[in-house]
Parts: sequence; structure tokens; C-alpha cells
Amino acid sequence: MQELTITRHNELIDPLLHIWSWQIPVYLFLGGLVAGIMIISGWFVLQGRYKHTTFSTFYLPHISLVLLSLGMGALFLDLEHKLYFWRLFTTFQWTAPMSWGSWLLLTIYPALWVNTLIRIPERFQGKIPLFDRLSAELNKRPTLIKNIGIANMLLGTLLGMYTGVLLSSFAARPLWNSAMLWMLFLVSGLSAAAAFVHLITTDVYERVLLAKADNAFLTLELFVFGGFLTGLLTSSRVHVEAVRLLLDGPYAPVFWVFVIGLGIVVPLIVQLLAVNHKVKHTPVAPILVLAGGLTLRFVIVYAGQFSHWT
Amino acid sequence: MARFGMVIDTVRCVGCMDCVVACKTENQVPEGFNRDWIAYDVKGTFPTLHMESRSERCNHCDNPPCVSCCPTSASHVHDVGGVVLVDYDKCIGCKGCVASCPYGARFIHPDGYADKCTFCIHRVEQGLQPACVAVCPTHCMHFGDLDDPNSDVSRLLASRNHHTLLPEAGTKPRIFYLT
Amino acid sequence: MSELNRRKFLKISAATVTVASGAAAFAKSPAAQTAPAKRAAKGVQRIPTYCDICFWKCGAIASVRDGVLWKVEGNPADPLSRGRLCPRGTGGVGAHFDPDRLKRPLIRRSDRGREVWAEVSWDEAFAYIANKMHAIKATYGPESVAMFAHGIGGNFLKHTLKAYGATNFAAPSFAQCRGPRDVGFKLTFGEDVGSPERTDIKNAQCLVLIGSHLGENMHNTQVQEFAEAVGHGATIIVADPRFSVAASKAKYYLPIKPGTDLALVLAWMNVIVAEGLYDKEYVAKYGFGFEQFAASIATYTPEWAYPETGIEPDIIRATAREMAKHKPATLVHPGRHAAWYGDDSQRSRAVALLNALLGSWGRKGGFYAPVSMSVPGYPYPAYPTSTKPKVDNPDGRYPFAHEAITTGIREATITGEPYPVKGWFVYATNLIHALPNEAETIKAIQNLDLLVVVDVIPSEIAGWADVVLPESVYLERYDDLNVEWFREPFVALRQPVVDAPDEQKPNWWMAKKLAETLGLAHYYPWKDIEEYLGHRLAGAGLSFDELKQKGIIPGAPQPIFFDEGAPAEFATPSGKIEFYSLQLQTAGFDPVPVYTRPAEPPPGAFRLISGRSPVHTFSRTQSNRVLSDMMDENEVWINADMARRMDLRSGDYVRLKNQDAVVSNRVRVKATERIRPDCVFMVHGFGHTSRGLKHAYQKGASDAHLITRYATDPLMGGTGMNVNFVTIEPEAAHG
Repeated sequence: MQELTITRHNELIDPLLHIWSWQIPVYLFLGGLVAGIMIISGWFVLQGRYKHTTFSTFYLPHISLVLLSLGMGALFLDLEHKLYFWRLFTTFQWTAPMSWGSWLLLTIYPALWVNTLIRIPERFQGKIPLFDRLSAELNKRPTLIKNIGIANMLLGTLLGMYTGVLLSSFAARPLWNSAMLWMLFLVSGLSAAAAFVHLITTDVYERVLLAKADNAFLTLELFVFGGFLTGLLTSSRVHVEAVRLLLDGPYAPVFWVFVIGLGIVVPLIVQLLAVNHKVKHTPVAPILVLAGGLTLRFVIVYAGQFSHWT
Repeated sequence: MARFGMVIDTVRCVGCMDCVVACKTENQVPEGFNRDWIAYDVKGTFPTLHMESRSERCNHCDNPPCVSCCPTSASHVHDVGGVVLVDYDKCIGCKGCVASCPYGARFIHPDGYADKCTFCIHRVEQGLQPACVAVCPTHCMHFGDLDDPNSDVSRLLASRNHHTLLPEAGTKPRIFYLT
Repeated sequence: MSELNRRKFLKISAATVTVASGAAAFAKSPAAQTAPAKRAAKGVQRIPTYCDICFWKCGAIASVRDGVLWKVEGNPADPLSRGRLCPRGTGGVGAHFDPDRLKRPLIRRSDRGREVWAEVSWDEAFAYIANKMHAIKATYGPESVAMFAHGIGGNFLKHTLKAYGATNFAAPSFAQCRGPRDVGFKLTFGEDVGSPERTDIKNAQCLVLIGSHLGENMHNTQVQEFAEAVGHGATIIVADPRFSVAASKAKYYLPIKPGTDLALVLAWMNVIVAEGLYDKEYVAKYGFGFEQFAASIATYTPEWAYPETGIEPDIIRATAREMAKHKPATLVHPGRHAAWYGDDSQRSRAVALLNALLGSWGRKGGFYAPVSMSVPGYPYPAYPTSTKPKVDNPDGRYPFAHEAITTGIREATITGEPYPVKGWFVYATNLIHALPNEAETIKAIQNLDLLVVVDVIPSEIAGWADVVLPESVYLERYDDLNVEWFREPFVALRQPVVDAPDEQKPNWWMAKKLAETLGLAHYYPWKDIEEYLGHRLAGAGLSFDELKQKGIIPGAPQPIFFDEGAPAEFATPSGKIEFYSLQLQTAGFDPVPVYTRPAEPPPGAFRLISGRSPVHTFSRTQSNRVLSDMMDENEVWINADMARRMDLRSGDYVRLKNQDAVVSNRVRVKATERIRPDCVFMVHGFGHTSRGLKHAYQKGASDAHLITRYATDPLMGGTGMNVNFVTIEPEAAHG
């Protein structure tokens, strides 16, 4: 038997790492959600949905701007040396996902903003003449609009991936040390975004489409989860110990009940029944999906810190 | 260029924590935090036991994940001896480096920046030994240039069995433990 | 000289800032520490002194940066520290900055022990003490004021009390600690082991440690030499119920049953004699009564010792042969804290005899003959003479006690026999933790008319005092010269590095002021301590200025081993090493040690044993923030298997309850493979109950509190303290 006694007792580090609390999971969730929304609204731009409705190209990017800012706010709250925040933008560190992320977020704001200009709803027209003029100019260039759609989809994808890569780059935390994590967070972001739009859109076409899409995303997410878990389970001892935190360790109840059960399986069944007209569309499924997505980030962030090498 | 490292003789080490106290006073490490610490590693069943006492700290890795993950270059490899340092004025306190270290060697200083062992570079640059090495009553700690085959540390590594901590983490630590 | 001038300037400028900086150091921000120092002297001053965190007295160099104490390091010129302090010495800065320090003189304003005080001026405090002392002298005589002191800092107060007419002075370091060992060795070799121990550990090729946990017990030179011995491949043999750090370095670890060490030593001697492995020439030349000795131990075979000690006969033989193989460079360490079971001086005598068989006394790798410099004392007027006996050992009840017995003074204070003791001075020793059976100490205190405690922190004994006098810590004061007995002669100086933060004063100042208040000013012909020190050093032909600059002045080397020319003399009645002791026989004791089986713990109970941590000294350092940051709470070590059976895990809180139903403060469990299942272990000095020790208050448990039973050594009055049994009571996990 082994008995390891360590005299170190550093705050936030010992006995097990607990440097990140609610701010980071909230940031990752909102980041993933916005990523999903950008992909969806970008797709709708490509599909020319702005000609029929202003929801997906005007309101959604605006909501994204708010959500993203809330996420960034949570991130800012987590920083311990807040007044040095600007240091992120004095350098680019190509080996540091966080540096990529900082600059990526800087490009996402204008992308979202340009998206809002494609079609300004009538009630807002004339409020800011400059925006109206820019909108008019845009509408003279359909190719540019397509490119805005593509840019939103692309940046959304990068953002969604980034939320996972950020964690998986920490080799010291075995639970995060999986190449599947970015896929997991991207798919989870997409499914959360689909649920979110499903929940708040007034457009019946979009709601039905997104309910169907969400079913696809949730199914995909289950497969990605399978890959994530088996990947770790077939890796080294520390990785097996790490993934067992979720499978049968201290985080297992939350993981199985709230993330897998109520977060994926139950809403998937409910929505399958709904799109096949067996039951009525209700907000239950999308709310469960959103709650499951948030819980997933909490579980992964907390259990990941718990996982360790020694 | 020098590549500084440490060689610690666990046969002599008694785990008295003098290195920890010396670091604390030399570097004014705030109460409640340690830049270095002792591990007592016991294997076996009473009375057939083996115990290794080790003085541990930042390993100043050749492949430092804390440096590669830093978004602001606050964590960096110093020109002198390849020592891994933190520039407090560049650190935003994101704690990424804390999470990236498999040894738990970093902590957030109460003033908000990431902090850790500096190999007492301020002393080394004056020709002194790091405080922990200089104080050790058992003379179990050795500091020097790993790239210089004639250095104390290189000669010890050439002549004695040794190990590093978590070599499987791939960080290539530069603190070696003689057994 | 420029160094000195800078320092004087520093003293003046630092006075304005130390109060502010004191609390700030080791606060959360280093900026908070350096900010107030801006007005003070810039740069770093390095001032030599000697340490006082324990009583080893290592030479140190303190660094003051911008007027604020920064760090303390070893003085390379010092033979004790060899330039490297132990963790406690390195953490000495924390003593200066400790916010829980005593700050002003205090006079009790409620019942004893309730810690209700009025802050008074020094003059008021001295007037109060002098009045009481005059009254005691008038009614009972000056002998009725006794003093307990530990360390060199007590010298001046002792001088004042001797001038007053007091005769009863004792330190717990004798009857509670090294006394039995020193008596055992004195009976055998005619000289005791002393402190620093005269052990030549660094040259030992075989080192035997019996319960001695060097490395955890951090007496600097010994630990340094221990590491050196380990480093050069010496064979280490450790007998200890606990797998100590030293045990982890051992070729042979003997997990001995507690209390049976004498059986093991007797069996070792049996093997060495039976197999003819002893140093025959040495024994023939220096020994007395070897034949009778050999006959006495003939029955103590390894097979006999096996059921007693739990150590297999093969191992006993193998280790005995290993010892013999390396003789005379085999050192069977005499230990230091030896007051365990009440038969301790006989056990220590057995250890001395084993060393004698191996020929290690006076030999390289064994015991050297310590040497010293000749520095004359200050010429004082003669002290008043007394016709009364000392109270601690009436009628020589303990015939071989060659120092005063603390617990004897305590007993006399309770009984009033042979005469009443009405005043206690306590200097730098926390009697509540140092003496066994706290209730007896408190009972004695209740009989006093005056209890004066001089200390740097509000220790438990200070809590019981009538008057508390706050002493400046060693970094803030001069003390008497350390004219050390060691391998090489030297004299060392303690001098102030920084100013005391509040109204704390050095002991010499208190002693002189008290003498003046008592009308004994003529016993202090010197103006201040610098004059005193200068006078003493001049008498030895040494320069005070040089000592201030260097901290240490070495003397000429002298031979310390027999073969180098150290005299092979033995101050015993026979003038030889006494294998057989006629003086013991005459006094009615066993002339050769005889083993008695210790009482076993009742079922379900554990024997309580205690020891040291490398980062604390007794109960004196738990409020030192640097050291408490290393360890702020002790743990009770319980064998992992036993802990499992009791459903206890490391970190759980429990309380220990002893055979007299005394219950400890809550203490965390350390469930570990590193201890036998029949005993539990705690580091001594924790579980403080003094409210003034805000930081250390009720952290961990006090072993002393549970030591209600003690076994008195009939030879010398030592108090064996490992005779208490405890059960473990789980404590609901909280906070």
C-alpha cells in the first residue's frame, strides 16, 4: 500500500484543485450556446430566411451579443488580476488556446453585429440612420450577405470548438485530456442553441425545423459521449480514474441523471414524439436540453479539476 | 547556455521543511501558501516499510505546460538557465497555468497573480544558491547547470540512481531525485 | 566599523517603524510589509547573533532589509550551525512578528488562571514583585522563593534571586528530559552526555537510535551529522515503536514494543559478551567490575528478549554483530528526552554500558570529550549563604540527582515540607506543558504568594501568573555569552538585530531593575549589558567589537579523543568505567541494570507516546506564524489497521481519554502504517488553552494534558511519562 503525505496546503490547490467555480462553466455554456446560435442563424442567412422573418437574423444575433457579453462578464469575474485584463490583447500566443479564444471573441462581436444589419425590422428602422444606410448597402450585395452567413457559421464553429479545446489542452487534468471534448462541447452547444431558438422563436417553420435538428444533435451528442467515455476508459490509469469520477464516482449521480437522462435522453424522446405529432410541442424538452447543457459544463469543469495525476 | 536544475538526495533528506521555511522568509511567501513542500512517500505494511522524504517544488520543466497555455506570455522561460518564471505585471490571473501543472506547483498569490518557485533566480544571478539549497541542514539539495557535465548536479546524475516526478505527464521535469 | 554605525542608525530609525511593521509581516501582501519601511534605513544589514528558538544556540546572521527584519540564516563561522539553521531557526523571524506576543507588563486582577489582567508600567510591576518578595523573606526566608528556568536567558534573573538569597533553582530539562540519561552515563563514565550531546555522529560507522528520532527532533548539529553519516553509508539501526524518519534511513528497523528498550539493550550486551565481540583491550584497560557485569547479564539472551520486545532473536544477534563489527566507531545514541518509564536512568546506564563494551566513549565515531574556552565570569559580590537544604530532594531521597528536580520543588510547594515555598519565578519554560500532571502544578500554584512569569508569549503558565513580564525575543536583545562545550571551543554573542515592537525588555534589564527595586543594586556594578559583556570578554583577552562583527570567536583546537591525547579519565568512585556500580549497590539499587516488564495497556487502550516535529520547539512556537504555517495542529498517529477497525480515517477528529478519565482537546487522526498497533503518537506542544495565544488556541491536543500519571525514577527523581494509556473517542466532524 502507498501512503503519500504532502505538507503543501495552498488555497484553491489542495487537497484537490478547485480554482474554477461557477464562472467558467457558465462562460463555457454561454459560449457554446452562442456558437450554436451563430451556426443556426448563419445557416438561416444562407437559406435567405431574412427575407421572411427578422427573428433569426436580427433578434438572434442581438441576443447572442447579450449572451456572449454575459459569458465574458462571468469570465472577467473569474480573473484574479482583473486590472491586467487588457494584457490578453497585447500579444498573441499561438500555443495558448486562451489567446486564440480572446482574439476569436474579438472577431465574433463584429460578425454578429454585421449579421444584425442584414434586415432591420421596421420598428427599428430610422432609429440609427447610419445602420439603415449600411443595411441598404448590404442588401445590394447578396454575395456579401451569403458570406456573412458563412462567417457566422464558421466563427460559431470555431467558438464551439474552442470551449472544448480550452479544457482539453490541460494535459494535467486527465478528464479533460480527450480529443473528443471539443466535439462534445460543439454538439452540445448546437443542441442547446437549437433548443433555445425552438423555445423563443415565434416562427412555426423554424421551431419545427429546429426541433428536428435538435433531435439529430442530441443523438449525435450521445455518440460523441460514447466516444469520449470509451476513449478515456481505454487510456492510461489516471484517465480511467478520471472518467470513473463520472461513471461511478462522486459526480456519477449528477452526470447520469441530469446530463444524460434529463439532459439528453428524456428530451430526445419527448421531441421525437412531438415531431411525429404523437404529443404537442411544449417548452419542456428545450428547457431540459438547456439545463442539461449547463449541467454538463459544470460537471466537466468540476470533475476535471478533481481529476489528477498523483 | 545554462540549463538549471536540481538534484535532491532522498537518502539524506529528513523532510524537516527547512527548505520550505527558508523559501518563505527569503521570498516573503504569504502565510497560507507554499512555493515548496515536503512529500513523505510511504510504501509497504508495518513494519516492512519504505519511505522516501522529498522536497518538492516547480520542476522548471523542459516542456512547461504552464508556459504554453499562458495567453499573455506572463509565464515564460527566463533567459538565464531556462528557469520558468511569471511576470506578475502580465498575469491576468486566469489560473490556466495552475490547472496545467500536474505537480500543483502554482498558486494564486493573494495579490492576484500566479506565483511559484523561481529557483531563487535573484540569488542565483548574484552567484548564490537558491535559499532552500543553501539552508538544507542535510545537504541533500544540489543546484546547477544540467548541461555542464562537470557540474555537481550532472556528476550526481551520472553516478547515482534517480527518478523524476510524473515522467509520464511528458513535462520533462528538471528536478531529479536520487535514491 | 561602518557596519556597526549603520546598525546603530538602523536601531534609531527602525524604532519608529517596527510597531507598524510587526503586524504587517506575513500578512497577505508583501507590499504591506515593505511600505512602512520606506522611512527606515535602506538596504540590507546583516547582523550576527545566536538563535533561541530552541536551546541549541546556533550561530545565526539576521538580515534586516530597509529597517524591517527579513530573514535569519546560519553563521558559517559557527561550529554548531555550520552555516545552516534548522527550520525553527530559519523561522525565527516569526517570533519577532508574532502578533500574539506579550506586549506590556501585566498584573493579575482576578482569580489565578482566569487571565484577567491590568497592564502596568515596569516600575509598578517591579514594586509589586519586590513587596511580595520582601514579605516572603520576612515570614519564610529567601529560600522560599524558587525559580524554574530554561535556557541561557535565565542567567541574570538567577543572579538577582541568588543575591536575594534564593537557593532553589530547577529546569524541566533535568527531571522531565535528559536527566535520566545524564545520570546513567555519569554513573558509568563519571561524566554526563551534556548539551550539545558529545556524540560524534558524523564519524560513526554504525549508529544506533533507540526512540531517538533525529530528523524530527531537530537539534541542528546532530541532524546535520546524522545526514552525513547516512550519506557516507553508515549502518543505521533504529528501535522505535514508530517508523520514524530516522527509521526510514535504517538498515535495521526494529519495531520494538514500547517500554521494553532495556530488554533489547541487555540482550545486545548478552550477545556481544557471549560471542566475545566486545572491545576487550578497552574493557580491560578502562573497565571496572566486568566479570560481575557479564555474570549479571548472562540470562538476558535474545530468546529471552524476544517475547518482551517483539524483536526476533536473529535480528537481535545480527544487529549486535553489526555494532561489534564497526566498533569503536559504533555510537549507541543516548537520546535526549529520556524520561519514559521510571527506570530510565538504569536503561540509560545500560546504553552507556553497551557503548563501553563497544569502546566508543572517547573514540572517534563514538563520544568525544567536549572542550571549551576560558571566559571568566563577572566578579560579583558573594551571595548570601543559607543553612536550609534545597527543597527539591529532601534528605537525598533521589541520591543520584545531580541537578535540582522541578517536580520536587512542586511537591514541596504543595506539602510545605521541608519548608514552605511561597514564590515562583518562571523563566521561558511553560510548566503547564513541561511538567507531568497539570493538576499538581496548579495545586502548587494555589499555595503561592507570588508567581512571576517571564516569557515572550502568553503561555499557559503565564496565564496562571500574578505578574507577567514580557521579554523581548532573542533578535531584540543581548544575552549572556555562550561559552560552549563542544568539539571545538568558541564563544558566541547574542546581540539585538531589531528593536522590540512594544514595551518588551531583555531579561538582563529586568533582572537589574528588579535587583535595584529589591535594594540589591550593588550586585549589578555594571551600567548595562554591553559593559558586562565587554568586561567578561576583556578578561578572556577577546575583543567585544570583533565578536559583534563576527558573532563567533573560535578558540584553539584541543584534543577530543583519547587517541588524540584527550585524557582518559573517569570521575567515578573507581576511576574507571563502572560495568558494576558499587555506589548503586551501596545505595540499594541494582549495580547492573535489571529489566522489569512494563504494565500493558488494558484492552482497547493504547499507550500514549509523544515526540517532536522538526518545525516546533516544545509548546513555545505554535503562535509563530512562519512555523505554524508549516504545522499548525498536531495529529494523533494511529496504526492504519487499528484505525480501519475503529472506522477512523485520516483527518477525522477524535478525543483521547486517559486512564484517569481526562479527555483531550479534539485532534485529527493520522491513520498510518508507520506505527505499532499498541500505541498512539502525538507531537508535543499543541492543544494550547491560553486565550492569549489566539492563533494556536485549541489547535490539536496536548500530550501533557493527558500525562496525569508518571513513574518516578528512584535514582534521580525523573518523571517517566510514557505510562499513560488512552482510548479514542470519535468526535462528530465539524469545522
